[in-house]
Amino acid sequence: MEFFDIFLLEAVLNGLLLGGLFALLSLGLNLIFGVIDVVWISYAELMMIGMYAIYWSHTIMGLPLALAFIICIVGVAALGTAMHWFIIRPVLSAEPINQLLVTGGVLFFLQALATVIFGIDFKNIGVRMPSLMVGDISLSMARLIAFGVAMVAIAATYLFLNRTFAGTAIRAISQDRSIMPLMGVNPERIYLITSAMGGSLAGLAACLLVLQYDIHPAIGLSFGPITFLVCVMGGLGNLLGGFVAAFIFAQLISVGGYVYAIEWGYVMAFVFFIAMMFIRPEGILFRRR
Amino acid sequence: MLELKNINAGYNSFQALFDVSLSVKAGEAVAVIGPNGAGKSTLLRVISRLIEASSGSMEMQGQSYRDLPSHEVVGLGIAQVPEGRRLFPRLTVEDNLKIGAYTPAARAKLQERMEYVYSLFPRMAERRNQLAGTMSGGEQQMCAIGRALMSGPKLLLLDEPSAGLAPVIVQSIFELMHRIRAEGYTVLIVEQNIQQVLKVVDRAYLLEIGKIRTSGTAAELLASDEVQKAYLGV
Repeated sequence: MEFFDIFLLEAVLNGLLLGGLFALLSLGLNLIFGVIDVVWISYAELMMIGMYAIYWSHTIMGLPLALAFIICIVGVAALGTAMHWFIIRPVLSAEPINQLLVTGGVLFFLQALATVIFGIDFKNIGVRMPSLMVGDISLSMARLIAFGVAMVAIAATYLFLNRTFAGTAIRAISQDRSIMPLMGVNPERIYLITSAMGGSLAGLAACLLVLQYDIHPAIGLSFGPITFLVCVMGGLGNLLGGFVAAFIFAQLISVGGYVYAIEWGYVMAFVFFIAMMFIRPEGILFRRR
Repeated sequence: MLELKNINAGYNSFQALFDVSLSVKAGEAVAVIGPNGAGKSTLLRVISRLIEASSGSMEMQGQSYRDLPSHEVVGLGIAQVPEGRRLFPRLTVEDNLKIGAYTPAARAKLQERMEYVYSLFPRMAERRNQLAGTMSGGEQQMCAIGRALMSGPKLLLLDEPSAGLAPVIVQSIFELMHRIRAEGYTVLIVEQNIQQVLKVVDRAYLLEIGKIRTSGTAAELLASDEVQKAYLGV
């Protein structure tokens, strides 16, 4: 049974950790799509800006890392809110293709902005985390932390959606938009709350990624398309579907990458995605009613 | 309680209501009857401010509210049960009710109101954790009315509560109307089921192609030639 070796187990565990990160990213994008019905193609670029915010406040300005993280989360939440107010709100009733083009424009704008300010060099904040050895398995501490924090954030979001009035309104508005005012709910306010939440989740993802990856203007492209595919595979707007899809996707990349070669992991994940689009185009958890 | 004067309203270039005046006094039950497409639902949407009236005046308890955003109308004590019930199908009964108490004033009394609605509709208490979309049409109508009551309204607007329901259920819905009235709510109800609704209300307006054709007590309308000939097929 040479297949079930220790390295395979390591790949499975790493896939699990990666899945947590994908789940966090897809949660924010899914939330926004479910509520506002607009796909923020530039979602991962908000995260990229957040990573630069950490770099700027910690490495350049010398602020403590914890403070830099707070600046990042609050800053990206504000950026998400501004994105809704200035970019999305004027096109809310426009054709979906135009909404997509607008957020695509934001993607290029943010990339160019980061390039102009910080250049195209890879930056990092100089934090090196040790690896954890469990028997013969080596796990990156940064990834473990990222996984744990992502799970806590997802649980907190779940509680918010299920326990608070605003959370109930968020779940309701995705099911019937037009009658919300009859409940005394101002949809515009719910859109802003959702955008701020989506932004803060992207900001949190930035804090977790900055511990593992170098920062460069195109880093959003390493995560944006995958986040989008995860959301589509789970059924756009279906939070639970996105959560499950994130782990399937990450497992394919990680284990596929181990069994063959790292690029093959991505090939397998994308092939699986294409196949799923034919088999279950409405999302993996879709049930016909 | 509610006073509409010379309301004109419509969708883009299509005018649906022409100089509609209507009043509902406290404690009254009033029906707006008329054929499909007469503008009855439009009228309720105007009252809830989902649709802008191009002219005319609207007052609730002496307060003009023609410029109020639609989500603040609930705060005046006006709750609408929309046509087709429009529950949130993938939320539980309890969450649907909770959304009905979204305004700050209603939130403070959430538990109290929830218990009140459950005592009024014990069936809803049994199904509190069930997804609203999986209930029968009659139960969904109960839930929709319960959701509107959660805001603690003074005036309840009901848009075609019997539409799309089986005849047996329709009967029970009108019995429900009696109970709602007995609870002391002021009710404005839009209905196509004229014979039934005129047994429940005090007064009614007959709306035809956007204009009030006639109005009077329920008994007067039931006996009037217009209603007899055109709608009851006598």
